[in-house]
Amino acid sequence: MAKKTIRNIPQERTPIATQDATGRIGNFDEVALGYSDDDALLEAERCLMCPQEPCVAGCPVGIDIPGFIQSIIDKDLRASYDILADSTLLPAICGRVCPQEDQCEGVCVVGNHLEPVAIGRLERFIGDMAVAEGWTSSPVIEPNGYKVAIVGAGPAGIACAADMAKAGCEVTIFEALHRPGGVLTYGIPEFRLPNPIIDAEFQKVLELGVKVECNTLVGRLFTVEQMRDEMGFDVVFIGTGAGYPSFMGIPGESLNGVLSANEFLTRCNLMQAGEFPQTDTPLGLGRKVAVIGAGNTAMDAMRVSLRLGAEEVHCLYRRTKAESPARVEELHHAKEEGVIFQWLTAPVEILGDDNNDVRAVRCMRMELGEPDASGRRRPVPIANSEFEFECDTVIYAIGTNANPIIGQTSKLKLNKWGYIEADKEQSTSLAGVFAGGDIVTGSATVILAMGAGRRAAQSMKIYLGINDLEDMTVSDPERQRIFGIDIRQKRFSRVRLPAQVHSA
Amino acid sequence: MYKILAREDFSDTTFMLEVLHPMLAKAAKPGQFVIVMVNADGERIPLTIADFSAERGSVTLVIQAVGKTTREMQQLCKVGSVLYALVGPMGIPSHIGEVKKVACVGGGLGVAPVFPQARAFKQRGAFVIGIIGFRSKELIFWEDKFKSVCDELIICTDDGSAGIKGLVTDGIAQAMQAHPDIEEVLAIGPPVMMKFCAEATRPQGIKTMVSLNPIMVDGTGMCGGCRVSVGGEMKFCCVDGPDFDGHQVDFDELMRRLGRFKEEERRSLERWTSNSNCRLLQEEPSVSTHA
Ligand SMILES: Cc1cc2nc3c(=O)[nH]c(=O)nc-3n(C[C@H](O)[C@H](O)[C@H](O)COP(=O)(O)OP(=O)(O)OC[C@H]3O[C@@H](n4cnc5c(N)ncnc54)[C@H](O)[C@@H]3O)c2cc1C
Ligand SMILES: Cc1cc2nc3c(=O)[nH]c(=O)nc-3n(C[C@H](O)[C@H](O)[C@H](O)COP(=O)(O)OP(=O)(O)OC[C@H]3O[C@@H](n4cnc5c(N)ncnc54)[C@H](O)[C@@H]3O)c2cc1C
Ligand code: FES
Repeated sequence: MAKKTIRNIPQERTPIATQDATGRIGNFDEVALGYSDDDALLEAERCLMCPQEPCVAGCPVGIDIPGFIQSIIDKDLRASYDILADSTLLPAICGRVCPQEDQCEGVCVVGNHLEPVAIGRLERFIGDMAVAEGWTSSPVIEPNGYKVAIVGAGPAGIACAADMAKAGCEVTIFEALHRPGGVLTYGIPEFRLPNPIIDAEFQKVLELGVKVECNTLVGRLFTVEQMRDEMGFDVVFIGTGAGYPSFMGIPGESLNGVLSANEFLTRCNLMQAGEFPQTDTPLGLGRKVAVIGAGNTAMDAMRVSLRLGAEEVHCLYRRTKAESPARVEELHHAKEEGVIFQWLTAPVEILGDDNNDVRAVRCMRMELGEPDASGRRRPVPIANSEFEFECDTVIYAIGTNANPIIGQTSKLKLNKWGYIEADKEQSTSLAGVFAGGDIVTGSATVILAMGAGRRAAQSMKIYLGINDLEDMTVSDPERQRIFGIDIRQKRFSRVRLPAQVHSA
Repeated sequence: MYKILAREDFSDTTFMLEVLHPMLAKAAKPGQFVIVMVNADGERIPLTIADFSAERGSVTLVIQAVGKTTREMQQLCKVGSVLYALVGPMGIPSHIGEVKKVACVGGGLGVAPVFPQARAFKQRGAFVIGIIGFRSKELIFWEDKFKSVCDELIICTDDGSAGIKGLVTDGIAQAMQAHPDIEEVLAIGPPVMMKFCAEATRPQGIKTMVSLNPIMVDGTGMCGGCRVSVGGEMKFCCVDGPDFDGHQVDFDELMRRLGRFKEEERRSLERWTSNSNCRLLQEEPSVSTHA
């Protein structure tokens, strides 16, 4: 075959089938339906297999992207999956929720001239195939006697747990809620990430021998120090996320009908409040909804509102579309579904009626001034522009802060915003305690949290003496790998001395 | 799954469950609470830890059947049955300070939760005055338990069928008169009761702690549904509380927020009641054939 060039590859990005906007706001089924075999093959052909591989560097977990795409072209989908599984445990999830436009696809060479290769859609294609076919990548694990505790069953904790289990450790994840998954379970709605996909991918973690203890609030049931000093865990990883919602501090926030996007989404996703009264948790959604903020969380809250019967959903954002932190695709879907965007609009007060229910939001129009520290142009209020916007529900989606419980109950060093201080290797101020994901960086992304979890796992292995730093950092293409474990790493495995083993 | 070890019914609406959870029993401190789910479709409801025993490996909950979930628990939770979820202890433990004289006040469903604090104060050597309120004599429970940890116990009933006739605030007035040296008051009960307890001690400036009970979902600080106003500041009750300085709390706001789902709660209860009546009707014939 002739060498592929930008001229001879398929010029158009293979479209992904989607449910049409009017139909989908009546259901919680997935919006983007995924690639067929032919779609995937066609799109895979668009990859130039360029030697620079900028996409690999653009991926926070360094997936061998050309490799897994080549296997699709070779029609060896199982091999493609194994390449993905080397670096990511959750391809069906990441293929759906990663902001690829800022990562792998953002640096794709094809993207310099045409639309970049749809790497995310291909990843999802293989991930879904693995779920459907029941492929797993559990290696033969030789137990080494070390006990590892993971706090929080979000993406960071799950990724860390899997790597430690593959290395032969006995791993237990402690999760405060009654279901694992973190934001994947309680935050991201079904139409973007169906629950069966989360369950199937999580099943693979359980197959590695990882134990999950739900209903366990670490810090209160036992402390991080107790886990390490009394409960026999050799290392502890903390991935408790940043799920502590912010409010603005304007008058009227205690009115009934004002809630955080986290509360709203948790009621729907975790507690199935959309099915009330078949289920017991009420939702409390009105007819006319104002969502404050324009990030991914805001998009999710608005799109869920529409599906649960809100008649009108408005997005109030103090900057413009250009500054909105939401993914382009999310903005597009929200608009298609009928969300009304009010850019350059800032709430200043929430007004209530005699029953203490929300009646309106008093807003101010803004204009963009000089760029601020974040490089975005600062919104400045326009004098005498106040107006009342009538609505009965106000949902705050203006960001989250560090969850305070671990900080309140341990000696871990926190930064001034309450996030856990961790270095490049994810080590904290306490020996044997590592941390990563949103609880270290503040709200970020699924894949960055997973990347941090895996980095922590590497450091934990070094700390325990079951791995060798050089071996891990040398990039050797000839290296033989089985499911993400370098066979040669075994040479460095050290089994914990029996005398040290704590009784369970 | 968390097994129910014992159950005792105090009245036709109030009952006690002792649940097995050794780790929780060891960790629990006075003032903390748990979140319970009866089944997978259930609501997460917060309940105060009314007692705990590390030896028995159990925690005790005292529940008032007020709506769908609590009535369902009243019907379903038998000795030997299990709860789908039980998580805790949640919240910051009560501060049991070095005070010489303290009044522990409990009304309605607050009677049980104030017990661990009374015991803890006693253990620290304080003179403990217990003030507990019920509607009438038949509804009184745990009198012996309170007597064992209180130096003085004032029982108040609405109808005067036992103890003094009146509300717990009358009990507080009586205690303050007899003991001008009360250093701290701790009040747990319905918001309106706590509000008036705080008003009763405000003139004298006696420190008054209350335990707030807003609507919660996760109990881990993740949703903000439990926010309350204390001293003009927004607090998340599940992680910053549940104990707060009663003189600073905006009780009216709390009461308004508790009414947030009134309509949904009514619907849910009606649906449940009619379903369970149907079940009873359906079951009756089969019962009579056995009889
Ligand atoms: C609505 C919404 C939509 C999003 N959409 C996207 C998207 O499309 N793409 C994307 O990449 N990112 C998205 N994000 C961000 C992404 O979900 C997070 O960055 C990621 O989940 C962080 O992972 P984590 O493991 O650090 O924490 P989390 O996912 O927050 O998980 C932390 C877990 O720890 C548990 N926990 C907390 N405290 C304790 C404790 N004391 N004891 C035991 N357990 C505890 C929590 O219950 C939770 O399960 C979204 C976030 C939200 C809120
Ligand atoms: C920290 C705390 C400790 C509590 N301790 C006890 C206790 O020891 N014993 C006891 O009987 N009750 C206690 N409660 C109250 C108990 O949680 C509610 O009575 C229960 O949730 C009612 O549920 P329901 O479905 O039976 O009634 P519903 O009909 O749903 O509600 C009845 C009333 O209970 C309140 N309520 C409803 N849902 C919730 C919720 N998810 N969280 C909190 N309140 C809610 C509302 O004000 C509502 O009007 C406590 C509440 C809190 C926050
Ligand atoms: S109950 Fe959700 S934050 Fe307190």
